[in-house]
Amino acid sequence: MNRFLRSCLTSPWFLPLVFGLAGLLVWEIGLLVINPDGFVLPRPTEILSELQANWDEISQASRNTGFIIVSSLFGGVILGVVAALIVTRFRSANEMITPLAVAVNAIPIVALAPIFNNWLGLTSPRSNQAVVVLLVFFPVFINTSRGLTNVDPNQIELMRSLASKPWTIIRRVRIPSALPFFFTALKLVSSLCVVGAIVVEYFGGRQDSLGSKITTYAGFTQYDAAWAAVLAGSLMGIALYALASLAERLAMPWATRQS
Amino acid sequence: MPERLRRLLLQVLAAGAALLAISGIYSLYKVIGRALDDGQRDWWFIGTFLPRSTDRDMPPIRDIISEFNKPLREGGPELINLIWDASLFTLREALAGFVLGVIIGMAIAILLLRSRTLEKGTMPYVIASQTVPLIAITPIIVIWGRKNFGFLPWEWQDWMSVSLIAVYLTFFPVAVNGLRGLQSPDPDAKELMDSYAAGWWQTLWRLRLPASLPYLFPAFKIATLASIIGAIVGEISAAQSDGIGYLILDFASKYSTGPERLYASIIGAAVLGLLAAAVITLAEFAILVRRRQATRS
Amino acid sequence: MTETTKDPTSQSQGAVDILDLNKIFLPGNASQVIALTDINLSIAPRSFTTLIGPSGCGKSTLLRLIAGLIEPTEGSVTVNGKTANRARQDRDYGMAFQTASLFDWRTVRKNIELPLELLGWSRADRRKRTEEMLELVQLSEFVNSYPRELSGGMQQRVAIARALAFRPSLLLMDEPFGALDEMTREHMQTELLRMWQETGTTVIFITHSISEAVFLSTQVCVMSPRPGQITAKVDVDLGERTEETRDRDDFFDYIVQVREALRS
Ligand SMILES: Nc1ncnc2c1ncn2[C@@H]1O[C@H](COP(=O)(O)OP(=O)(O)O)[C@@H](O)[C@H]1O
Ligand SMILES: [Mg+2]
Repeated sequence: MNRFLRSCLTSPWFLPLVFGLAGLLVWEIGLLVINPDGFVLPRPTEILSELQANWDEISQASRNTGFIIVSSLFGGVILGVVAALIVTRFRSANEMITPLAVAVNAIPIVALAPIFNNWLGLTSPRSNQAVVVLLVFFPVFINTSRGLTNVDPNQIELMRSLASKPWTIIRRVRIPSALPFFFTALKLVSSLCVVGAIVVEYFGGRQDSLGSKITTYAGFTQYDAAWAAVLAGSLMGIALYALASLAERLAMPWATRQS
Repeated sequence: MPERLRRLLLQVLAAGAALLAISGIYSLYKVIGRALDDGQRDWWFIGTFLPRSTDRDMPPIRDIISEFNKPLREGGPELINLIWDASLFTLREALAGFVLGVIIGMAIAILLLRSRTLEKGTMPYVIASQTVPLIAITPIIVIWGRKNFGFLPWEWQDWMSVSLIAVYLTFFPVAVNGLRGLQSPDPDAKELMDSYAAGWWQTLWRLRLPASLPYLFPAFKIATLASIIGAIVGEISAAQSDGIGYLILDFASKYSTGPERLYASIIGAAVLGLLAAAVITLAEFAILVRRRQATRS
Repeated sequence: MTETTKDPTSQSQGAVDILDLNKIFLPGNASQVIALTDINLSIAPRSFTTLIGPSGCGKSTLLRLIAGLIEPTEGSVTVNGKTANRARQDRDYGMAFQTASLFDWRTVRKNIELPLELLGWSRADRRKRTEEMLELVQLSEFVNSYPRELSGGMQQRVAIARALAFRPSLLLMDEPFGALDEMTREHMQTELLRMWQETGTTVIFITHSISEAVFLSTQVCVMSPRPGQITAKVDVDLGERTEETRDRDDFFDYIVQVREALRS
């Protein structure tokens, strides 16, 4: 029992759990005390009961938005990695293109949504996917190509001294040293693409998506329901982030394993 | 320095070439599309995977450029002036959000630096905060702002609620990278300060904060873009009608009467983002490069 | 002017007196480390003491105990008649490490001024002292350079100037020349001895190099690991050191003596 208690106390989950519960409690009770009928920021229990009440609608909307999120995440990540692998093969191309990508990344890409809506259809998911793919592509491309070029020259020389072929060097040296950079980007875009997809739904897309549901609820002053839909969105974001972290752990045990 | 100059020149050239290439591809696509359209219409992938090449869907570049100089209404200001004013308005929202976000982010970083317990307990929530699409409920925040900020010495205005969205997106990279930067000095440097019997705040001010700058600048860059996106999207969602975001939404809804205007306003937003990024990059250059400190992201 | 110059000779006892000192990291814990046992050491004012021994024998730990950065588990450390912690509060120490540990964002001048700023010196006083220190380490033309613009040896000289800037009564150095090449290293040794003689500071110096220990010191403390102990103290009397000292027979005799102490 004592042992069990100790392992609970030293678990990395313990402190976050305590802080999380305490935070929820303060939120719940604090609002109950100062603002019992405040409807702009509802209490956690109100949000949960509203989530239950609108479960069918919100879960359907989450599925629709979730499809766009996951498909674009895959598409954007694959495109970003492939582009980085190609561009870093050529030193001068890399020197020109990567800074260009950094510049493009400073453009508010979600603002392109109305153009894509006109191109690919206002209610079609493809226009949303196109914007989210772009949103995902740039951070992944930039970080991966930085990682691929940011290698210890000694390691390359070691591989050369063993008469390794270029592809072997890429596989054994460049890719492993690019992994930390790649996963930094992956974790960033895993939450970015959720927020991005929901925002893009402001401009168009299906009517039963999270973005338009949030707008509709808010428009009809159903704030609790809007918050419930927001909660659904962040749960998806947390799930994707957790998956990205898990993948990072599996791919780079040398960097992430806790002693 | 010539190496750096050569690279800069190369990049400017590349940027120019890219602009030309994009315009070229865009125009070429229109030409080919037009030719194909004359023969047989209704390829299934046109309009689903590729845009139609009509002037309505893809206004000619020449028209977009000349649109900047045209007034919306007879006798009204030219579009470029509208875009300029709207961009400045959005920039103000973003800047207010950025400044407050950086202050809050650094405060969080310093707080978490002081207490390991707090860091372990709250870091997951700092990360989770970014998965909350708060940006989607800006209208609620605007109402909330009107109701709850009456105690402030100045009158609360709706654009300040939009800035709050920018704050929410800005504080995160600053807090995370800031904390890593504050923790970055090596043990020797910390022992050096200890050997001088320097206090916690002295060590913070003279060692940890300067050491965190290389970590902070990448965060500032992310935060700059985040604050601008926050402001643009916040405006759209809150129907805050003075900014560039609202201009884009407005032109998007009146697309059929002037597709060029939408393109022009989006170009305006892109230039706003680029200029902000350029300013922060220059600041980074001025502060870090002379000291030969490499940035860490 | 808040000058904190101390005259070590006025102390009745040694500059550092260590009595029956033990240091255990994480005592009671499963992973506890017995870092030092039964350390007794007396260091005379104005002497040059070297700690030598294999990696992990507790040299750095002993230095940090003397600096008052960590507390002994048992026993006592007295510095200039005070506890080590008190001496630290009184700013009796200058420290230098293997990495020069200069602050990248400060110019050479501002790096040397750092301790003076912490002591609340006026701007004019700081400037004056910095010029003196730069002359001492012969880097006057680099006042406004940033550390990254200097070579390793130059950085280490700036670090020493910083350590000596407020004329601490004790200079503690943890393998300061460890990362330098042999040529620079010998040059730095000569420089350090010159500065030691000019300033009259008590120096405690950690090294892995036997010849460096002998060349520099008036007293070499040989340490052995598991548990960390001082196994021998060798008093070195070579008189005034010059480059010729390195070729002298008695220099080699001392080297043999220290090497044998290290082996046993
Ligand atoms: N803060 C600490 N916590 C636990 N063990 C430590 C700590 N500092 C040093 N040690 C241990 O004490 C021993 C002596 O270390 P150190 O003094 O650094 O050796 P040296 O400087 O002679 O190489 C080593 O076994 C080291 O692992
Ligand atoms: Mg050591």
